[in-house]
Amino acid sequence: MKKLMTGNEAVAQGAYEAGISYASAYPGTPSTEILENIALFKDNIISEWAPNEKVALETAIGASIAGARSLCAMKMVGVNVAADPLFTYAYMGVNGALILISADDPGMASSQNEQDNRHYAKFAKIAMLEPSDSQECKDMIKSAVEISEKYDTTVLFRMTQRVCHSKSLVQLGEKVEAPIKDYAKNNAKFDAMPVYSRALRYKLEDRLKKLEEFSNETDLNFIEWNNSKIGIVTSGVSYQYAKEVFSNKASYLKLGFTYPLPMKKIKDFASKVDTLYVIEELEPYIEEQLKANGINCIGKEKIPNIGELNTDIVAKSLLEIEKELIETAEEKVVNRPPTLCAGCPHRGFFYELGKFKNVMVAGDIGCYGLGGSEPLKAKDTCICMGGSVGTAHGVQKVFDKFGKEMRTVATMGDSTFFHTGINGLIGTLYNGGKVITCILDNRTTGMTGHQENPGTGFTLEGEVSADIDIETVVRALGCKNVRTINPHRLEEVREALQWALSLEEPSVIITRYPCVLKKYSDADKEEFGVLKDKYFVKKDLCIGCKICIKTGCPAIRFNNIEKKSFIMESQCVGCSVCSQVCPKDAIVRR
Amino acid sequence: MSSIKSVLLVGVGGQGTILASNVLSKGLVEAGYDVKMSEVHGMAQRGGSVTTQIRFGEKVYSPIIGRGEADILVSFELMEALRLIEFLKPGGKVIVNNQQIPSAPILAGRVDYPEGILEELQLKADTKAIDAVGIAKELGNEKAMNIVLFGALSKVLELDNIDWEDVIRNTVKEKFIDLNINAYRAGRNI
Repeated sequence: MKKLMTGNEAVAQGAYEAGISYASAYPGTPSTEILENIALFKDNIISEWAPNEKVALETAIGASIAGARSLCAMKMVGVNVAADPLFTYAYMGVNGALILISADDPGMASSQNEQDNRHYAKFAKIAMLEPSDSQECKDMIKSAVEISEKYDTTVLFRMTQRVCHSKSLVQLGEKVEAPIKDYAKNNAKFDAMPVYSRALRYKLEDRLKKLEEFSNETDLNFIEWNNSKIGIVTSGVSYQYAKEVFSNKASYLKLGFTYPLPMKKIKDFASKVDTLYVIEELEPYIEEQLKANGINCIGKEKIPNIGELNTDIVAKSLLEIEKELIETAEEKVVNRPPTLCAGCPHRGFFYELGKFKNVMVAGDIGCYGLGGSEPLKAKDTCICMGGSVGTAHGVQKVFDKFGKEMRTVATMGDSTFFHTGINGLIGTLYNGGKVITCILDNRTTGMTGHQENPGTGFTLEGEVSADIDIETVVRALGCKNVRTINPHRLEEVREALQWALSLEEPSVIITRYPCVLKKYSDADKEEFGVLKDKYFVKKDLCIGCKICIKTGCPAIRFNNIEKKSFIMESQCVGCSVCSQVCPKDAIVRR
Repeated sequence: MSSIKSVLLVGVGGQGTILASNVLSKGLVEAGYDVKMSEVHGMAQRGGSVTTQIRFGEKVYSPIIGRGEADILVSFELMEALRLIEFLKPGGKVIVNNQQIPSAPILAGRVDYPEGILEELQLKADTKAIDAVGIAKELGNEKAMNIVLFGALSKVLELDNIDWEDVIRNTVKEKFIDLNINAYRAGRNI
C-alpha cells in the first residue's frame, strides 16, 4: 500500500533509498523536517545539525569529497548564507553525490522574504531538479544522486513550502547499495587555488553543455499531449494547479529538471501549440529564458510574481474566470497574529525592555521576533538570521558620531547566537561598540519546533554532546560585562537592563530559561524545576487597570462587563509574570 | 473535477486540528481514495490562525483549496469560520465549534470579540454550530473536542464505506481510545 507523506518525509525516504550516507542542515521552515526524518535512518545515514547553513554545506561537501553520497537541507534564505562554498564546489564537481535542498517559501508563511532560489542553479551553474509532489520528492532524490555522480555536479533540489508540507501518496522503494567511493588526494579538483580554478572554470561550461543534452532527453521533462490549442510549460507545484485548472484542455510540458532547461524540447513543444503559457510560481525564471531564446509565451504579464499560486489565481489570471464567492464580513473578523505562548520565557524580558524609552531594539529571526508585536512592541528592526548585533552596532556608531542620544539593544536566541549572531558580537567588541546584546537562551531552537543546537547538550541523533556555554564563550571573546538572569523574574530583568544602559561599554545579558513547550531534559529539570502552580485573579482586589493585559499573555483576559481581569487556568503555566506586574497583588498562586 | 471533495479545517494554533485531519486522511487512504493534505508549520503555529486542507477523490492534483472551492468548512473556533468563509463553495456546509478564543488585539482590550458571528454564518451558509468543548468535557476531557467535531464532519461526508471507529482505534493512543470513540459518536449523533 502507498503511504501518505509530506514532501519532507518523502525526501528522507528517498535519501535512504538512494544510499545517502551523510546529511546536514540548519533548521528553517519549511525545510526542518527533512533532517528530522533522515535522523530516523541513523543506522544508514549520519545526520547532523550544523550551527548554520554555511557549515552545513561545507560538511556535506567534505562528506562528498570523502566519497559519500551527501545531502544538505535549508530554507531558501539559508542558501544565501551557504552561497560561498556553493559557488566554488560547483566548479569542482563531486566525488560522492552532493545534493543541496533549498526549501523556498512563496507567500512568506514563515520567512522574511520570498526569493526564488531557482536563480541559484543558473548563477552557480549547477543542475537543478524541482519535484511537484511527495512521490516526486522521493524519486527525484534518487535521480539527483545519479545525475550528480554521472555528470560530476552539485544538484540543487528546489522545493517550495507547499511541496515540503503537503501530504500525498508515495509508493516506497528498495534501498540501493552505495559503497563509499575511494578518496584520493586531487588538488587539481578539490583545491581552489586560482591556477586550478581557472582550469575548472572551463570544465564547468563543458559540464553545462552535457547537462543541457541530458535535460532534452530525460523523462524528468515530459510531455502530456492533449491538443494543440494551448500548451503549458510548468514546474514544481504549479504543475498541479495547471492540471487542475486546464485538465485535458491543454497539453503540458512538465519540467522536473529545470537547469539547464531543455531548450530543444521546449522549442519543439512551442512550435506545435497555438498559445504557450508558462505557469510558474514567483519569478519568471523559465519565461525569461524562453523569451531570450525567441520563444513566444505568456507568463508573468498575467500571472502574479508575488505570493503563492493556487488554482483560483491560475484560473483567474489565464482564463479570466471570476468565481462566485461567499463574502466575508470583514468588520466582524479581528485579525489573529501569532503571539508568544502563555508562560514563554521571552515575555518577561520584552515586557521590561519595552518600558525603556530612547532605546532602539534590533531583533532577529525566531520566536522572540514576536516581542515586537502588540502589546509588547519592544523591537525596531529585523533583517536576517544572526543580524541583530551587526545592525545595532551600525546604528549605534552613527548615533554616537552624529550626536543622537539613543542606545541600541540587540536581541537574539541561543541557536541564533551560534548561527551567526556570534560574528556580530565579535564585530561590536572588536570595533569598540557599546551594543547591549541580549541572548534569549530558551535551551532549544524554538520557532522551528524544538531542534537541538550547540548549546543544548544533545545532537540531532539524540546523543549527549558538548554543551557549549554561552556565557563562557562571550567572556572568552573579551566581553567584560556579562550577566545571566532568569527572565521570569522581572526585577532581575529590569536591573540587568538598567545596569547595561549605565555602561558606556558593550555588555551581554543572557536570559536562561527553557521554552515553555520544550520537553525538559534531566539537566533542565535539575536546573529550573518544573512550574506547577496556576495563578488566578482575586476579583475583589482587581481594580481593572489592565496592566497584566499589557504582558500579552494569551491566558489572561479582560472581562469588559465586570471590568476585571481573569486567568484561563487551563492555559496558565505558572510563570508568575502577571502576578509580578499587578500593582494590587490581586494575582496569586492557586 | 466535481468528483474531488475538499474539506477545510480551520482553527487556532494548538487546538488539535492535526489529529482530526490525520483520522480523516487515514480513513480516506484506506478506502482507496487519492488524498492530498496541506498543513501550516512555523510561525503561524504560535497562536495564529491555522488551516488544514484535505482533498480527496479519484485523482487529486492541487494540494490546496482555492477560494470558493471547499465543500465543507470545519471551524474549531467561531471567528475563524467567518475569516475563511470565502473558501467555502456557495452551497457548501459549515460545522463550527461555538468556542470563542480571543486573539491578541481582543486580549489587549483594543476591540471586543465580535458579536453575532453565528448569525452571520447562518445567513451565508448551511451552518451547524456545536458545543464541542462542552460535549467533550461531559465525556471527561475537553481536549477530545476535536474528535467530537470530526464525528459531526463524518456524518456530513456520508462515506459509509469507511469504518471511522476502526480508524480512530488505530490512530489515537490506547488509553484515549474509549474517550475518542465516545467523542466521535457524540459528534456524529448531534
